[in-house]
Formats: sequence, C-alpha cells, structure tokens
Amino acid sequence: MIAAAQERDVIIEIGGMPIALHTDSPEFLQIIWNRYGGFVNPSAKSVFDLDVEIVPPGTLAGSIDPDGDLSVSFKGERWIIQRGDFHAELDPTLRRGRIRQTASPYAIDAAFRILHSLLLARQGGLLVHAASVVRNGRAFLFAGISGAGKTTISRLAPPDVALLTDEISYLRRDGDGYIAFGTPFAGELGKPGENVRAPLAALYLLAHGPENRIDPVSDADATRALLRCVLFFAHDPHLIGQVFDSACELVQRVPVQKLTFVPNSSVWEDIK
Amino acid sequence: MSHVYVARAREVAARRIGSELMILSARNSRLFSLNETAAAIWQGADGVTSLSEIVDQCICEGYDVDRAVALRDAQELVEGLAQHGILKVSDTPMEETA
Repeated sequence: MIAAAQERDVIIEIGGMPIALHTDSPEFLQIIWNRYGGFVNPSAKSVFDLDVEIVPPGTLAGSIDPDGDLSVSFKGERWIIQRGDFHAELDPTLRRGRIRQTASPYAIDAAFRILHSLLLARQGGLLVHAASVVRNGRAFLFAGISGAGKTTISRLAPPDVALLTDEISYLRRDGDGYIAFGTPFAGELGKPGENVRAPLAALYLLAHGPENRIDPVSDADATRALLRCVLFFAHDPHLIGQVFDSACELVQRVPVQKLTFVPNSSVWEDIK
Repeated sequence: MSHVYVARAREVAARRIGSELMILSARNSRLFSLNETAAAIWQGADGVTSLSEIVDQCICEGYDVDRAVALRDAQELVEGLAQHGILKVSDTPMEETA
C-alpha cells in the first residue's frame, strides 16, 4: 500500500471501467485505498484519467459556494461538475479531466458517480438507486427510492449471497442482456460491495408490506419506476435520450416485478 | 386555437412503451405519458400542419369521435403540454420537426 502511495497514481476499476487517479497527495491516496481498495486494479488500462488537486478546506472559494448543490453542465465539449467541496472539468474526447477538491472521500465519491453515469450513458449502461446481489451465478436488483428497503433487504441476505451494493447498482449492456457489477458505493450498510459481476436475472421494485409477494408490472409502469431510480445528473438532451433508451431497453430485456416484503429473511426464499 | 401550429420541442425524448407514449423532458427530467389519441396528436405536431388538420387526419379519420369534442380535447392537451415546454405553439407554421 505504501509503495502504491509513493507512485502517486492509482487505477480504480468499477463496472469494468478503469479510471486512473493522479495526485501528489499521499494523504488522499491513502483515503482512496481505504475506500476503494477492493476495486484497485494496477494492471488495467485506464479509459479515463483524472488529475486530482487537493486543496485545503475553505480554499475552493472563487465561484464555488461552499454549501452549493451539485451541478453538472457542459462547456463546449467539456463536462463541468461542481459542488461545495469540489470542482471538476472533464473532457470526454481526450478522456481526461481535472478535479480540485479537499482531501475528502465524499467529494471523489460524488465525482466518481457522476463520471461513471456520464460514461455509462454513452454505452447503454445505467447507474440505478438499487441494491444488487449475486446468487447462484445470477444477479438480482432491488430498486427503490430512499426508504424503500434497499439496505434492509441487503442486511437480510443469507450467506450464499454476494452483495454487489446496497445503494448504487452498476449495469452494462452485454449482448442481449445486462451485467451487474459490484460497486464501492455504499448506502446505510456502510460497506462496499464485492468486486464481482454476473448476468442480470431480474429487477425487483421494492415495497414494504404485510407479506412477501411478487407481482407483475406492466412495461410502462416498470419504465416509470426505473427512471425514478436512475442516477443521472446532466441536462443534455442527447445524453438524457440515451438514458431513456437504456431504461426502455432494460425493461424489454429483463423481467421486472414488484417485490413486496416483510423485513425478515423469509423474503430470500423467493429470490433464487 | 384550432388554427395554430404545434411542434414537438427538441429537448425531449419520446419512446413508445406498450400502448403509451412516454416523453422525457431533458429540461427538467419530468416524464409524461400519453395515451393512444394524445400520442397521435403528438406525432402529428410537425410544426407545419395546423392543429385542426392534425385532429382531422390523426383522430377523426381513425376514431369514432365527434369532431368538435376531439378538437376541444386536442386544444386542452396542447395547452397542457405547451405549459410544460415539451410542445411549442405558434400562430404561423414553424420549422418542421422530424
């Protein structure tokens, strides 16, 4: 770990998408290792390079509101992402970008999520507010807004289930179907997912109820529900159209059902 | 209002899902869902065909409906969609939309 920190570079591969981080800050590299250690892949060829400049707290000033909300905009060919704790400019053509931030894991985590969502949109993939797991070699997604039960169902998972994430699921097209990848993006569970992948077998729309049951959902309702859970931040019409297409495609290719469950482990009897 | 021209906004993505036409606004990420007849109006909104002609061609020829009722419903639909910025309305023909 120390040797890697001295190299000032680290490649984080999430969803089969290696992104290289370059920084002069050993402190920040240690933060990266602590947070994304299970997703470091030194031998991967990066698809995007990110130069990270670490600045002291309170010095991001200038045009950045320290308490500002997240914004994603386009300046020519570049993507501009900023929040109170970071400012990033990314060039998707050069596959390179620069981020100024404090030595905080939350800033790079937010930047990573947005960068992945933008890169994925161009490839027919999606980031979804959903827990996901692998069981018997097949992946299952449990989508829902905050409070729907993503962390609860993750916490109830039996030992033979590999948790991909309890918060942000990572989906990429693969032939006629989709592959779900583990991510380090954790929710209330507070621990990263396993760095494994599997073909997506089903997507469940989560709901709490008095009994466990699985009900069919129309394609239109499934699309509406999925779109509510898709992470996408930019207001670019072309990219939004691609995300819309991807959501529609997924609903056509993967079974989507409503999973009502009571918060105990019996729900897993129906997920195989 | 029947002699107005309507055009689909460019900042939207529309996809047919089952019997519904779903329209996603890139401006505010709002999702709209149109039924079969509303979708027919939407598809006819090319900027150069008047609303009354769209109703005649897309609704009255295909559905058993009173023309006055169809026109009134179409006007309400257009007003609603225009308020959300996903349809443009003009007194004169506009640039044709694909």
